[in-house]
Amino acid sequence: MIAHHILTVTVENKPGVLSRVAGLFSRRAFNIVSLAVSPTDDERFSRMTIVVDAETAPLEQVVKQLNKLIPVIKITEVAPAEGVERELMLVIVKAAAETRSQVTELTAIFEAKIVDVGYEAMTIMVAGEPDKLDAFSDLVKPFGIVELQRTGRIALPKLSRQPTRLRAVKAVRA
Amino acid sequence: MKLTGAQALIKSLEMEQVEVMFGLPGGAILPVYDPLIDSSIRHILVRHEQGAGHMASGYAWATGRPGVAMVTSGPAATNIVTPLCDAYMDSVPVVVVTGQVAYSVIGTDAFQEADTVGITMPITKHNWLISDAQDIPRIVREAFHVATTGRPGPVLVDLPKDVANTPMDWYWPEKVDLPGYKPNVKGHPRQIKDAARLIMEAQRPVIYAGGGIVKSGASRALRELAELTGVPVVTTLMGRGAIPDEHPLCLGMPGMHGNYTAVTSMQKSDLLITLGARFDDRVTGKVATFAPDAKIIHVDIDPAELGKVRRPDVPIVGDVRAVIEELNKAVKAEQQKTGAASDISAWIAQIREWQGDFPLKYTQDDGGPLKPQFVIEKLRENTPDDCILASGVGQHQMWASQLWKFKHPNTWINSGGLGTMGYAVPAAIGAKVGRPDRMVWAIDGDGCFQMTAQELVTASAERIPVKIAILNNAYLGMVRQWQELFYEERYSEVYLSPDLPDYVKWAEAMGCVGMRVDTADDVVTTIEKANEIDDRPVVIDFRTDWREKVYPMVPAGASNDDIILGPEFGEGGR
Repeated sequence: MIAHHILTVTVENKPGVLSRVAGLFSRRAFNIVSLAVSPTDDERFSRMTIVVDAETAPLEQVVKQLNKLIPVIKITEVAPAEGVERELMLVIVKAAAETRSQVTELTAIFEAKIVDVGYEAMTIMVAGEPDKLDAFSDLVKPFGIVELQRTGRIALPKLSRQPTRLRAVKAVRA
Repeated sequence: MKLTGAQALIKSLEMEQVEVMFGLPGGAILPVYDPLIDSSIRHILVRHEQGAGHMASGYAWATGRPGVAMVTSGPAATNIVTPLCDAYMDSVPVVVVTGQVAYSVIGTDAFQEADTVGITMPITKHNWLISDAQDIPRIVREAFHVATTGRPGPVLVDLPKDVANTPMDWYWPEKVDLPGYKPNVKGHPRQIKDAARLIMEAQRPVIYAGGGIVKSGASRALRELAELTGVPVVTTLMGRGAIPDEHPLCLGMPGMHGNYTAVTSMQKSDLLITLGARFDDRVTGKVATFAPDAKIIHVDIDPAELGKVRRPDVPIVGDVRAVIEELNKAVKAEQQKTGAASDISAWIAQIREWQGDFPLKYTQDDGGPLKPQFVIEKLRENTPDDCILASGVGQHQMWASQLWKFKHPNTWINSGGLGTMGYAVPAAIGAKVGRPDRMVWAIDGDGCFQMTAQELVTASAERIPVKIAILNNAYLGMVRQWQELFYEERYSEVYLSPDLPDYVKWAEAMGCVGMRVDTADDVVTTIEKANEIDDRPVVIDFRTDWREKVYPMVPAGASNDDIILGPEFGEGGR
């Protein structure tokens, strides 16, 4: 796994904002490992979880440049060791009669879930840490992966009694 | 009060105290050009949309107020992309309004449709596509606010034709509400104190003054800082005029074509007091070897500039004028507390020695070919102190910046970051529109002039008496210089011809006075003649020596230690 950093970015929920953020990364030659966008409990805002390749650009520059985008309201950095990261994967694995039980067994071990069954294949949903998803896809590969989709990770800081873990870079000001 | 979107747009511009705009109408922006007839705003009809953008930029530089341009959709919008990018690189407050095809047909590849907001996203500070006529006053207000506050920059407002025709209820927003945009103006007091202490301790300090000084109106504060501490000042290409060149502490321009003293004093300094500058590669040369012993104080309104290229020891986010004023107080307090600052007289003596040994040098031989530097010096001697000078990009720009003695801020207008050839003519026109009381000259190259000269038609038609000095060396001179020095004199596609076009006839065809100068003897009399003409533009074709190169020079990617002084200093130039 390359060195990465997670930014959760609160942005105004307006057309073109994703394009502004994505455009900034490409223009400044910063690499995105993954990007997930979701609504928040306040419909004026959306949240982006951006996993940044920390080797291509100093994180400080990424954060400062992002902050210059006017629709960006707040950026929170989550260092990998200090965050809870989760990701969801859907994978269609070949599972004819002779191998089906093995695939089912793996699914059970990984606490994954079979969400669709066809004549010669099954669709399996795996949720968890990105490493776990990697491991699962490696293990089912010999059976034959027909299609695979991952959501990109989302993250929140680990809870702690020390209040300094969350560093709000730009606070919301009225 | 019911207005159409178009009327609301014009009224909003009036509310923003826009007096002049530069533009060219077309299909999608037609509705807005109708209420313009009844508006107090003066509209300057350009001949190419690029001209409108650069004029707005020149206007902004000369007046300190935002420049406004308005053009139609599609090709007009793409024609103004270059000025937007130029203004973005040089942090110039420019507001561009573009027409757009009807909102209802966006995305259908309609006639003259272009994704203007998408195209200009990376080269504007922010841009807006208006989908509802009711939003127009709010968005115009936001656009001017964003363009002129914080680190200034260009913005674009894209107005679809059907939105312009839709009725709305007029209002004017009292305040701007942008939760994600709150520039920090005031510097951190503790950081300012730390900066003052570093200044007191430094043995070889240099003030590195950039375009931010001019933009924030910090010239007086800068001068006070320099005089208070005795620290010499280099003024970057964008910061020329930030402190008068005749001031004993002004060392002139650093960088790739900076003078020896400015370049070397930065290189040898132990403290760079960086004020509204951004460690551009043309200033630093090879970053790894740039000013290796220097601690860095870096003041900038844009936090992203701090640490982008060189990590500062004392970073200060804030308006450079506000910060320098506080810094001056802090320095005074330090001086009272600890007595005098460290003695930097040896450093100043060293600087004076460099100035004596390695001045800017050229030789104008009697009866010899006309030297471009000679033209610039004579032009300066024969124009008022507050004359505004615009330039294009290339050799002539470097000579102008090196040799022009600037006495006031906001008198130097050029394209620094983007290096846009053809900038001079429209920028000079914009400046003259903004400051009709001032004499405005442009020093241009023959290559640059051919890119945007048609705007002199605009200047003639609108009675904007700018004066253009073409340093005609019949080459794309800077490119030729690089081919001579770094490509073994293999000249590839750089020859332009001195006579094609005939600049005098061309000038006359555009309604200007055209003159030609071939010899040094005629320079001053011709300039005097040009200065007397105040009812139309003047173009002088100065036939200059094509062999002349810009020195000193730090080759691209080289260390500033390896500065080449040029043939005037004998073999090797050192």
